[in-house]
Order: sequence, then C-alpha cells, then structure tokens
Amino acid sequence: MNVDGVNNGIVLDHIQAGKSMEIYRILRLDKLTCSVAVIQNAVSEKYGKKDIIKIDENIDINLDVLGYIDPNITVNRVIDGKLSKKEHLELPEVVTDIIKCKNPRCITSVEQEIVHKFRLADREKRIYRCIYCDAEHK
Amino acid sequence: MNDVRCVINITDLSVEELDKLMDLADDIIADPVKYSEKCKGKKLATLFFEPSTRTRLSFESAMMELGGNVLGFSTADSSSAAKGESVSDTIRTVGCYADIIAMRHPKEGAPTVASLKTTVPIINAGDGGHYHPTQTLTDLLTIRRERGAIGDFTIGLCGDLQFGRTVHSLIYALLRYENIKYVLISPDELRVPDYVRDELNEAGVEWKEVERMEDVMPELDILYMTRVQRERFFNEEDYIRLKDSYILDMDKLKTAKSDLSILHPLPRVNEISVTVDDDPRACYFRQVLNGKYIRMALILTLLGLGQKGEDR
Ligand SMILES: [Zn+2]
Repeated sequence: MNVDGVNNGIVLDHIQAGKSMEIYRILRLDKLTCSVAVIQNAVSEKYGKKDIIKIDENIDINLDVLGYIDPNITVNRVIDGKLSKKEHLELPEVVTDIIKCKNPRCITSVEQEIVHKFRLADREKRIYRCIYCDAEHK
Repeated sequence: MNDVRCVINITDLSVEELDKLMDLADDIIADPVKYSEKCKGKKLATLFFEPSTRTRLSFESAMMELGGNVLGFSTADSSSAAKGESVSDTIRTVGCYADIIAMRHPKEGAPTVASLKTTVPIINAGDGGHYHPTQTLTDLLTIRRERGAIGDFTIGLCGDLQFGRTVHSLIYALLRYENIKYVLISPDELRVPDYVRDELNEAGVEWKEVERMEDVMPELDILYMTRVQRERFFNEEDYIRLKDSYILDMDKLKTAKSDLSILHPLPRVNEISVTVDDDPRACYFRQVLNGKYIRMALILTLLGLGQKGEDR
C-alpha cells in the first residue's frame, strides 16, 4: 500500500473505479483544509482499475455510509507516514439518511421531517428495505 | 427507539403470543360477562386518518364490551392532520388522553412512524394496502374455531392474489404453522407476487396455482374468498372467460366437502352469492364476530390486563 503524501491520515483504497467523486461529495471532503488527493483509474491487481482517496488528516469517517456505497473499499489509517491499521468494510445493517424511499404511498412521501431509514433485508443480493413501508430501494 | 408494545404487522406477534391471544378470545366468547368491566376507566382512541367504518366499529364495540370508553376521529378532515400536523405529534398528543390507540392511515408505514414516538400501545388498523394485522388475527381465530386447530388442512385462497395484501398477510401467518397445503386460485395476471412465491418455496410447503375454483373445490378444507375487480383484468376477453370462476355459488359448492369453511374478509360485492349465506359452511359473518373478540383480546393484552381465568 502506497501511503505517499499522507503523514497522519486516511487512505481509502479499492474504491470502484469512477466512484471516488461520489464519495468525495458524500464525505464532504471539500470542507477539509488538509491536503486531499483523488486518484482515478489506478491500476489494481485485484479489480483491474480502482480509485483511491488520500486524506492527510485523521478525520471521522462514517464507515456505514462508506460501506453502503461500496463495501469493497479498504480504509487504511496512517500514523507518522506508516500504515497502522487496515479496516475492511461491510454492508451496514441500517442506513440512515443516505438514500430516500421512492414509494409514493410511503408516509415519508408526505411528511418531510421523517428520517429516511433502510434495513438490510438480503446481504447477498444487497437489498435494502424502507423501515416504514418495506419498499425495496432500487 | 421506544419499548412501548405495538402491533404493526402480524409477524410482530410470535406463534406463542398468537396462541395466547386466541385462547383469551375463546375465553371471552365462553364468558363475556367476566370481561365486561376489565377496561373500566380505560380509554381507546380510534384515530382513523381515512374512513373504514366497519374496522372502527369493531374496535369501538370491542372496547365498550370491556367496559372501557372510546374517543377519536373517523376521517382526516375532522382531525389535526388536515391542518398539517405530523403523525408523531398527533400520537404524542393523543397519548396524553388515551390508554391505547387503534390507528388507520392511508400511507404505508405511518403506524411505524407513530410507534417510534408513542407513549401508549398502538394497534395498526390498516396502513394503506400494507398491513392490517387485526384482519389476519380475525382470520386465524376463525380458522382455529372452525377447524379446532391451525394445521392439517388444505386452504384455497381465491381472487386477486397480486394486490390482495389480506391474503399475503394470512399466508405469512399460516406459514408458521405445520402441515398446511396452499391452493392459490386467481386469474393468470393476478397471481401472487414473486416475494410471496419465494416465501412459500423457502418454507418448503406444498402449494399450487390454478385458474379455476371448480377444478380444486373437492380438495379444499378452507376457502378464503376475496374480490376480483373488473378493472384488474388486462382484457375484456379474459374477464368474460373467467369472471364466473371467481364467484362462489351453491352450484360450485356441490363438489365441495361437507365441512368446508368459507371465509371472506368482507365487505363482499358479488363474489359470494347471497344464496350461500344460509349454508352452514359459510363462516364469514361468524368471522366478523370473531374480529370483535380477538380485538378485545388484543386490547386486554396490550394493556397488561390479559390474564384469563380469574373471577371478577
Ligand atoms: Zn418507504
């Protein structure tokens, strides 16, 4: 793992090629003042092509959000220029306020303040269902 | 989250809890006087954000027979919802006045939203086409009372099985019991959705799909009728070809077992001929009565007053 350019921070590796900007936006990396590098279409032995994001600051990352977007991402924590911890993600049991229920008959379609929440109904098929109306998120 | 006990879906109740509720309902039926003051001083709020007169009356008469009182509204326009109040706020307000709530709402998941903030037990009295657990409880109690037990029978479910959530919910509930065969009777285009088919397959039960009631009548121990609406058919030709297959009359009953139990969630339109009503196999009006008793049992249980067998 190449952690060049990161002294104390995080390297998000094995991002599905093309997904890095979505993650950049959702994690609000534009709000950071530290250096952030987005590498697109890097060559990966495992997946052919991948994206990488390097963040030179130990920020709090919502691993559930990241796991929902792409459970294959690995989170590498870097301390003093060295890889200190590698974390693998998985699909979260519950995702809160990331996706919205699209069922027009759902209560969330008429009450704006309700927090959109989904539970993992089938891990293999990656099916999430609205906790209110049970509609599958597509 | 919240630990107030609510019943939103039939699967919120375990098989043991279902059995206890039905035992309690049986006990109420055997000796209603014993229960006539059990809920004295308690109030049930019926919050009907959309009208459903028969469901509301069933809940209200259930509470009255327990000696309790009822308050509430029967349409959204007479309620605070018409002024834009959220379900959560309405529920928290009503929780200050009532000991238990039965709520019906046109939007799916509204009772779940309510259950997250409530201070008193909530019973879902129907949320759109989503869940309607007290209908399923009514069906289960009727089956148990008519057959003696839930299990060891063949049930035919007839009508619009694609949109008929009453049927889906009953199937889910019955799948937890042993030795039941399922015969799904519907027009080809109104067959059960894939997710119900998946559940049947996963449970490993015996089931089949047919288009005509006549073909399976002699096999059935229970026939659960629902309505097929004309506008659900894709074309006029199919409608004309099949419409009579979804109407139960005395002629079709000729090949049926003598102890068949005919159920229907009501209201019916024309799918069961009125000539069937006087046949002892017609259970649907007893089913209505069972609906009141199982709601009494549910109200008692959720209020923590469900211990049976003691004297007044
Ligand atoms: Zn929903």
